[in-house]
Amino acid sequence: MRPRFLATALLAVLAAAPLSAQLAVRADTVYTMAGPPIINGVILIGHRGKIESVGPAARVRIPRGVRVVSGKIATPGLIDAHSVVGLAGARNQPHDQDQLETSDPIQPELRAVDAYDAREVLVEWVRTFGITTLHTGHGPGALMSGQTMVVKTRGGTVAEAMVDSATMVAMTLGPSVSSRFSGKAPGTRAKGIAMLRGTFIKAAEYARKREDPDSGKRLARDLRLEAVARVLDRSVPALITAHRISEIQAALRLQREFGFRLVLDGASESYEVMEEIKAAGVPVILHPTMIRNDGETNSATFETAARLHAAGIPVALQSGYEGYVPKTRVVLFEAAIAAANGLSREAALATITSSAAEIIGQGQRLGSLEVGKDGDVVLFDGDPFEYTTHVCTVVIEGQVVSEHCR
Amino acid sequence: MRRSLALLAALAVFLPAPGGAQEGAIAFTGARILPISGPEIPNGVLVVQGGRIVAVGRMGAVRVPAGAEVRDARGKVVMPGLVDTHSHIGDGDGGDRSAPIQGDVRILDAIDAEGPSIRRARSGGITTVNVMPGSGHLMSGQTAYLKLRSGHTVQDLLYCHDPLTEICGGLKMANGTNPRGAPPWPGTRAKAAALVRDKFVKAVEYRRKLELAQTDSTKRPDRDLEMEVLVQVLEGKRVVHHHTHRYDDILTVLRLKQEFGFRLVLHHVSEGWKVAREIAAAGVPASIILIDSPGGKLEAMDLRLETGAVIDSAGVLVAYHTDDGITDSRLLLRSAALGVRAGMSPQRALEAVTIAGAKMLDLADRVGTLEPGKDADFLLLSGDPFSVYTHVDETWVEGQRVFDRANTEDRKFATGAFRLMPSETGHHDDDEAMGGDR
Repeated sequence: MRPRFLATALLAVLAAAPLSAQLAVRADTVYTMAGPPIINGVILIGHRGKIESVGPAARVRIPRGVRVVSGKIATPGLIDAHSVVGLAGARNQPHDQDQLETSDPIQPELRAVDAYDAREVLVEWVRTFGITTLHTGHGPGALMSGQTMVVKTRGGTVAEAMVDSATMVAMTLGPSVSSRFSGKAPGTRAKGIAMLRGTFIKAAEYARKREDPDSGKRLARDLRLEAVARVLDRSVPALITAHRISEIQAALRLQREFGFRLVLDGASESYEVMEEIKAAGVPVILHPTMIRNDGETNSATFETAARLHAAGIPVALQSGYEGYVPKTRVVLFEAAIAAANGLSREAALATITSSAAEIIGQGQRLGSLEVGKDGDVVLFDGDPFEYTTHVCTVVIEGQVVSEHCR
Repeated sequence: MRRSLALLAALAVFLPAPGGAQEGAIAFTGARILPISGPEIPNGVLVVQGGRIVAVGRMGAVRVPAGAEVRDARGKVVMPGLVDTHSHIGDGDGGDRSAPIQGDVRILDAIDAEGPSIRRARSGGITTVNVMPGSGHLMSGQTAYLKLRSGHTVQDLLYCHDPLTEICGGLKMANGTNPRGAPPWPGTRAKAAALVRDKFVKAVEYRRKLELAQTDSTKRPDRDLEMEVLVQVLEGKRVVHHHTHRYDDILTVLRLKQEFGFRLVLHHVSEGWKVAREIAAAGVPASIILIDSPGGKLEAMDLRLETGAVIDSAGVLVAYHTDDGITDSRLLLRSAALGVRAGMSPQRALEAVTIAGAKMLDLADRVGTLEPGKDADFLLLSGDPFSVYTHVDETWVEGQRVFDRANTEDRKFATGAFRLMPSETGHHDDDEAMGGDR
């Protein structure tokens, strides 16, 4: 046994030298999300975790000695386009709920990086179902609740997990804000918008005065206005949670007034205002397909993702925020219900891979299986969306992070 | 006693059929039929008449009555209507915040039979449901066993004929963190158990007085609504439906059952996988909830998708429930399918949303399988019951179609639609649900 092992190791070194692949992934069908599915496909991932080669097995030679993992279906690592996992923990006790600070309705200076627990059990939970990337951070519930970031679902620290530390500023319109700041402003929808407009105007003034060539007149740094100014100068998009028609229209109106990059979030009544959303060129990170449809989301449907997609609006799915159980949803399951309700299988996959990557600003690095992109791959033992299919292998940047079928 | 039973049975023949309206026979032909009580029939026929199942079998082997309306069901899957052993549809409520033990409260007094949540449940294929008060009490009240006929009042939906004289459901109890609070609510687990034991001891005493009064009516105790209900429980006429998550809380419930001898169904049992043998040894069935991730509350941290498979293989009778609005009535089959994903056999998982629940509600003689003589409660599915791509095309209760996906109004309840559901929020996504209702 031992000499044979040594020989294998030696061979591996020899074979690996020129190609440097660390892992080969084989699948009967590879959904690259960048072209038609590849039958009997192979993905080679290099030592730096990037994809070196993708194609049919007949054309992509697996170097000897490279570890091979295989399955029926391969997809890119799944992306949860909006989560609070890592800031919100499973225990649901005050000490593990950091997704919403209620001391003030406008606090865009709060950074996700300062509150992310990379070892939270929910991170591992979603990873075992193929989620390799989370756009997570401050949740809905405040006019400006804070910043979001993009992480991989691995690593023992936020630094090890980090992909992008300041991705968007999370904002919320509507009565869910009023209920959390009861007795304080905003008490109405219109008041909330007035407060946001006031904040944007202040931040624009701040940015102008920070630039003043006369250093005597230059304003002192203000973290809050600095964060808003980064939205105004289009460095980071505003992620606005808006469910009702009037809230969605208010978000579009704010965007027209201040010219920032807008991503609509939640958007359960979006199917009633698709023309306006499309005309504004705004993507939607839609509520979880299985969201409870009462209260503010009483218009939610299983078919909204399909309708937005058919209208040509870029759409991603999210796990969203849950106050009780399940403490997080699993976007794979949410996309499955969308696939069963009018969205094609590949369009449904896009809502948790390529389209999600584009919307969170990671289209160059994540979301499809292409040479040069991150080697994040999920292997299934059947149709990814079937209830009875299992996620069997999860790979992040060439490392197998989960290999129990579940 | 025996003779009156025989008389009742004789009367039943002449009474209008359940549901009433369906008189002529209908035959569904060419379907893949899952009778649950036996192996699937790839090319089968289901004949219903007078609200009941008349025949189930292979094409050619079943005689379709002359004059029967024949429905071509090729390509469809036919299975029994789903039984949901734990739900909160109908906007009912139970006990209020005045006391932790309120066995006198009946949820049937508060159910909106035409509410959208009931229509949504029909779209998910649910035909029998145990509607319960919440779990924020040690004892939150009496549950109601409903048949989701198309009715206007709760009376139209009840299994029992007369709520004034019959037992129309079970009794909801809970332990763990939900019923905790400042006095009079229990502050600890042991206090919770003591409060419940104390109540049952009183009920044992009340029953003894009732027995004494059989020979001397002057000794009859004053009527007490709660005691009367608990006597029904002690006599095994009313089943206790007990919310419980943590393994030690489950064992506490089993201990109470052992002490007072009531009939019991365990509900949720998030940590049931840790005490599968103990549950099996007690001969107690378990109705479980499947949640997409663990936690949300401390006592559900060890929730596993494998719970159904583990306790089933230990020999426990297993059902899945929705706990609607915790999970959605449209997605009960999904819970069973995810149970299969986590190791349960497909047959057991099908039983877990049909006959197993019927047994837990003492309704197995009427529903839960497709067998001649049983109520004509069945579904027409577009495909395999465990496929995500399958839709409930039609839901039938007692020979009447109560949901038709081809009907625009019905379909809205299956998919959701613009401001279809209530604009007020339920308890479930409220942050305060931690100490709240479920």
